[in-house]
Amino acid sequence: MILTKAQYDEIAQCLVSVPPTRQSLRKLKQRFPSQSQATLLSIFSQEYQKHIKRTHAKHHTLEAIESYYQRYLNGVLKNGAAPVLLELANEVDYAPSLMARIILERFLQEHEETPPSKSVINSMLRDPSQIPDGVLANQVYQCTVNDCCYGPLVDCIKHAIGHEHEVLLRDLLLEKNLSFLDEDQLRAKGYDKTPDFILQVPVAVEGHIIHWIESKASFGDECSHHAYLHDQFWSYWNRCSIELHESDPNIKRISNSGLLVRIGFQQHQNVQAHPLLWR
Amino acid sequence: MAAVLESLLREEVSVAAAVRWIARRTQSSEDSPGEAAVLRSLRPLRKEFVPFLLNFLREQSCRVLPQGPPTPAKAPGASATLPGRPGGPPRGGRGARSQLFPPPEPPSPAAEAPLARRGGRRRGPAPARERGSRGPGGPEEGVGGESLPWAGARRLRGSGSPSSPSLALCDPPNLSNLEEFPPVGSVPPGPAGRTKPSRRINPTPVSEERSLSKPKTCFTSPPISCVPSSQPSALDTSPWGLGLPPGCRSLQEEREMLRKERSKQLQQSPTPSCPTPESGSPLPSRTGSLTDEAADPARVSSRQRLELVALVYSSCIAENLVPNLFLELFFVLQLLTARRMVAAKDSDLEPGPGVLESVGSPLFQSIHDCVFFAVRVLERQFPVLSYLDKGTLKLLAENERLLCFSPALQGRLRAAYEGSVAKVSLVMLPSAQAVSFQPETDNRANFSSDRAFHTFKKQRDVFYEVLREWEDHHEEPGWDFEKGLGSRIRAMMGQLSAACSHSHFVRLFQKQLLQMCQSPGGAGGTVLGEAPDVLSMLGADKLGRLRRLQERLVAPQSSGGPCPPPTFPGCQGFFRDFILSASSFQFNQHLMDSLSLKIRELNGLTLPPHEPNDDEGEADVDWQGERRQFAMVLLSLRLLAKFLGFVAFLPYRGPEPPPTRELQDSILALRSQVPPVLDVRTLLWQGLRARRAVLTVPWLVEFLSFADHIVPLLDYYRSIFSLLLHLHRSLVLAQEREGEMCFLNKLLLLAVLGWLFQIPTVPEDLFFSEEDQSDGFQVDAVSSEYGLDSVPVVDQQLLYTCCPYIGELRKLLASWVSGSSGRSGGFVRKITPTTTTGLGAQPPQTSQGLQAQLAQAFFHNQPPSLRRTVEFVAERIGSNCVKHIKATLVADLVRQAEALLQEQLVAQGQEGGEAAQLVESLCSQLCPHGAQALTQGREFCQKKSPGAVRALLPEETPAAVLSSAENIAVGLATEKACTWLSANITALIRREVKAAVSRILRAQGPEPAVRGERRGCSRACEHHAPLPSHLISEIKDVLSLAAGPRDPEEGVPPEHLEQLLGQLGQTLQCRQFLCPPAEQHLAKCSVELASLLVADKIPILGPPAQRRLERGQARRLLHMLLSLWKEDFQAPVPLRLLLSPRNVGLLADTRPREWDLLLFLLRELVEKGLMGRMEIEACLGSLRAAQWPEDFSEELATLFNLFLTEPPLPEPQLRACELVQPNRGTVLAQS
Repeated sequence: MILTKAQYDEIAQCLVSVPPTRQSLRKLKQRFPSQSQATLLSIFSQEYQKHIKRTHAKHHTLEAIESYYQRYLNGVLKNGAAPVLLELANEVDYAPSLMARIILERFLQEHEETPPSKSVINSMLRDPSQIPDGVLANQVYQCTVNDCCYGPLVDCIKHAIGHEHEVLLRDLLLEKNLSFLDEDQLRAKGYDKTPDFILQVPVAVEGHIIHWIESKASFGDECSHHAYLHDQFWSYWNRCSIELHESDPNIKRISNSGLLVRIGFQQHQNVQAHPLLWR
Repeated sequence: MAAVLESLLREEVSVAAAVRWIARRTQSSEDSPGEAAVLRSLRPLRKEFVPFLLNFLREQSCRVLPQGPPTPAKAPGASATLPGRPGGPPRGGRGARSQLFPPPEPPSPAAEAPLARRGGRRRGPAPARERGSRGPGGPEEGVGGESLPWAGARRLRGSGSPSSPSLALCDPPNLSNLEEFPPVGSVPPGPAGRTKPSRRINPTPVSEERSLSKPKTCFTSPPISCVPSSQPSALDTSPWGLGLPPGCRSLQEEREMLRKERSKQLQQSPTPSCPTPESGSPLPSRTGSLTDEAADPARVSSRQRLELVALVYSSCIAENLVPNLFLELFFVLQLLTARRMVAAKDSDLEPGPGVLESVGSPLFQSIHDCVFFAVRVLERQFPVLSYLDKGTLKLLAENERLLCFSPALQGRLRAAYEGSVAKVSLVMLPSAQAVSFQPETDNRANFSSDRAFHTFKKQRDVFYEVLREWEDHHEEPGWDFEKGLGSRIRAMMGQLSAACSHSHFVRLFQKQLLQMCQSPGGAGGTVLGEAPDVLSMLGADKLGRLRRLQERLVAPQSSGGPCPPPTFPGCQGFFRDFILSASSFQFNQHLMDSLSLKIRELNGLTLPPHEPNDDEGEADVDWQGERRQFAMVLLSLRLLAKFLGFVAFLPYRGPEPPPTRELQDSILALRSQVPPVLDVRTLLWQGLRARRAVLTVPWLVEFLSFADHIVPLLDYYRSIFSLLLHLHRSLVLAQEREGEMCFLNKLLLLAVLGWLFQIPTVPEDLFFSEEDQSDGFQVDAVSSEYGLDSVPVVDQQLLYTCCPYIGELRKLLASWVSGSSGRSGGFVRKITPTTTTGLGAQPPQTSQGLQAQLAQAFFHNQPPSLRRTVEFVAERIGSNCVKHIKATLVADLVRQAEALLQEQLVAQGQEGGEAAQLVESLCSQLCPHGAQALTQGREFCQKKSPGAVRALLPEETPAAVLSSAENIAVGLATEKACTWLSANITALIRREVKAAVSRILRAQGPEPAVRGERRGCSRACEHHAPLPSHLISEIKDVLSLAAGPRDPEEGVPPEHLEQLLGQLGQTLQCRQFLCPPAEQHLAKCSVELASLLVADKIPILGPPAQRRLERGQARRLLHMLLSLWKEDFQAPVPLRLLLSPRNVGLLADTRPREWDLLLFLLRELVEKGLMGRMEIEACLGSLRAAQWPEDFSEELATLFNLFLTEPPLPEPQLRACELVQPNRGTVLAQS
């Protein structure tokens, strides 16, 4: 289903300073029952990420960190079982997972001799039982499972979606008998940057010649288009020539930059419902 | 000089003799003794004749042309001194073109003698500049008193002045008109006292793009709209300007003198001169109107004289005595299309009767004269005209003046037009794409370090980013390359630290250059992506039309005139600016190296010669391909050479030559030490010897066109110019002997050489002062009978592509038709398409023996396509053979290596030893097998080549020929393959084995268990299982509900949990969409879920009374989980987490605490072999170390004991145990 720009704007409007929690998402679903959860979540996530990018810096000043940490300590002192950290994050309008990271880092600084490495932090966020302090572990865990835009679980979900779409895409390519090289094969050949698929025999889609395909499996808003264009697509163009095919959500556009951006299939489970990849 | 014309007019000398004389041939017996005597007496003047003639014609026509289309090329060759060269003293050795002007001394032999001695290069102090502006001591100034009318006439140029409505023909005004005689290539009167006359040669300054040069406006040759002398503004800037300080006074004096002389002469003249008045005087009143004058053959004034001059002029053109053929044609066409005469009949200052037919009277007294003259010349140039493109021919054939004056010529042109197939399109579709990633040269193995590799990766992206930005912005007004991109480019260049990175980048740069500039469209401006969009909208069938439209819109836009300066049109501008902005010494050096290499490679490319004995049909087909290939090579070479010239001479380029002789000498001494960047002289020699001038010279010209002022003075380059001059002279179009160069080939060379001779940095006198005998130019073409030169490789398309300025002829004619006088100066851009693709590889070297000679002989008698086919097949099969060996033999060896390695690993335990040692030992075992490669390679070639040859050759090929061709193909392919294999097979095997070893060792590392067998889904699976991302998301929801905070009404329906686990099972069984990280997270989440179940922490939807799971339900769910862990998960499940303090701690705040589920779970884990007893005990043990509330610790201890005391039970006992468990749990909870 194609989402119009107006609809998109309306959704985005609803997402202004909404905490990234299960409850927010539920409300969003009630508000826009015609949109799939995946689409809403994708938009939510992207809008929220934009918000975080804008405000990220102010939460990372020394003063801010210190004040958050003190508030956390005071909170758990009063009641360790209360969702102190989560509420703190919501209150200061920051992602719970990221707040958990700030506090955890600060905590470890205080309790360990050497400053914690990034991988240690990440591993603790993934598995809070490694956190030496039980209360903090629970708090962190609560933050990460409740955050629907950041955190290890969300990252994993995103990664899984990307992978799934790649598989879907591969199936479609196979189904259409299109010969291609996938990322692994390209990497084996020594390509430094690899799109998902390079077609060994280019095909035409709506009159555009397609040389390679990259599935982003995410909602294609203007901002992400731009970012992807800059980070990835031009690099591909630089190496593999013309165009690309972007799968998923719901705005169709042909960019004027020589890249063809398209919605392929949605995140529905029934891939066969959208067989016309090369419409 | 005038004397010669005079003699001709008096019929003392025949035209033929005169031309022979001019051409410096030895006197032939045909000359009558009288002629010989006359000519001998004039000998010293010989060299100056042609420039004089050319200037004379220009001057004579000046009244006609001002209103015509731009007259860029008034006087090729000779007239004025280059302003930049102060007449001479400092630079005595080097003449300026203006020196070619005959000095005003009397032409008597005696008087000429001293001059003659100064001939050629030694004529430094410049006799020539009659137009003054030289400082003191110009020998000829003020010299007068000669009696020859022609000389007088010439001198009249100088004698008019605006103030005196003198007898001056027309020159003075024109000379002073900057627009007509723009001081091109000349520096505007800059430093005081250095005003120099600008030459009238069509200026070819080195382009406005040479930022270092001062502005040279002349190229666009603005239309001349008024009579020059009435243009004071022009006077101000003109070096010859009548009002200019140093030169003008003497100039005026001189003119005055000349005027007197001339009138004297006229009165003496035996024949009455034509009463037609001429005017040098301004006619302001009439200049505005542009009514065309009809030309009438009946009203031609002095036919005989015009005829004679036309004949001499044509002969000079035919003998290549003029520097630039096309410039002359342009001039003639200008005459043909002149609109009206400026000179007014009423300004009769002429002395009246008595001068009729005198040589002294103006040559062109009316439009009729001009047209008559032009048509006469064109008649003699018909061969050249007939080779022009179809459009030009059409315009010529339709020209009514031509029809009127020479129906015969018109008929021939019409016939030529109808027979012509030379449609020339200057617009091609742009095909700009990025250079694709080339694994052979671009992958990591080609870089010294990871860092270099990644830096290059970034640079590639920056480069294209810069390129795209340029594309987007370069046409915007006010956008500046340096401002916009300069710092980014330099930052990027700064990162190219290692030499190897430089060469990588240069390779990318060069490839992109060739790719983007290969088509004229790419050079024209449309780039990247735009065109395809538009085109796709129109559909293929309209492409042709669109292209024509595009051509009309795009092609005639730019200006340039018939002799434009070297420029960097379109995309080339990007690369030039990039080089300038980068201003990186290393980059330039690498670029020069790379360009030189590529030029050598392409220049040496064997282009199959075309033998004339082909049967026609086949020849025609082959032909296209050969021409195309030649064109691609030539255009690529020109592009590369242009950039090589640009970069190589970049450090030396300056706006003008060094000011003093001393400075120049020291620079010369210095520069002569510097070896040339590419040994072009040798390449030129080789090209001439191998009769490949048609390939070598055009790119050499591009290279030289960027030379700085000093270059032509260096011995090395002087000899090149001298060679080129000889070549130019030898390319007489009329001679078409067997084995001679083809007409169009010659035409191309003449065009490019003519263009080169007009470049400002090429000394003006170079062309005319060359001393040597043209006969001395004998290149012994030993090496090949049929060089490229005698193969018609050039067609009109290529000619026009290389020399877009030839298209000016067409535009001139077209503007005549359209009535517009081309004021806007719209002329075609210089488009230099080039190409990279499909240059073909060098055919394999044949061995030297008799066999090779036989093969050569065989091919010699066969059509060239046969040879190409065989070589192509051999090349491909040879290459395929190598690939095949890699895929079979080498791959087998690698598999063996892997097997051996596995054995070794098993034998030695996990250790295996040093990777390097392993590789060594494996290679020593396996490399000997590499020898099989040669045998296998031979077999492969033997098997594959004949079929390919058969498929590609015509069915009708005679059997003997076919089998010979097959054998040769097999031989060549085998040679190619085996040469490569024997040199590289060992290295190849080593490399592959090394890669395999490191792969295995790496895989050996972390999780050998996981690596095992990864089951896919079953064959019948239709992959309808829920997507992992969906499941993770669902489970996450449950987890977050359990973790809280939650709203009172939130909860999970019990059946949802069951459903979820069921879906999880499906997904794990399908695996189609499962990636390892997702599976790991699912495993972890399932463990979390189990912990929540055990602790009864999952909020269940339902009536408030039963917001907890029933015991049985919980157990069922745990069972499902256990089975998933056991059966379906392939990733390791972090079961230890079940006993992590955090998860066990979940039990701590439930009241009453229920331990039975945990105990049940632990037992099941052991039972199913998911966890070892010991492992669980260890976990429980460490649990007790944690901090717990008192009572909880006790219960934990009890649990521990319970677990320990329970022996590992067989199935039935477990059930029993299960039954009692609730009680025990209760007991525990209550204890």
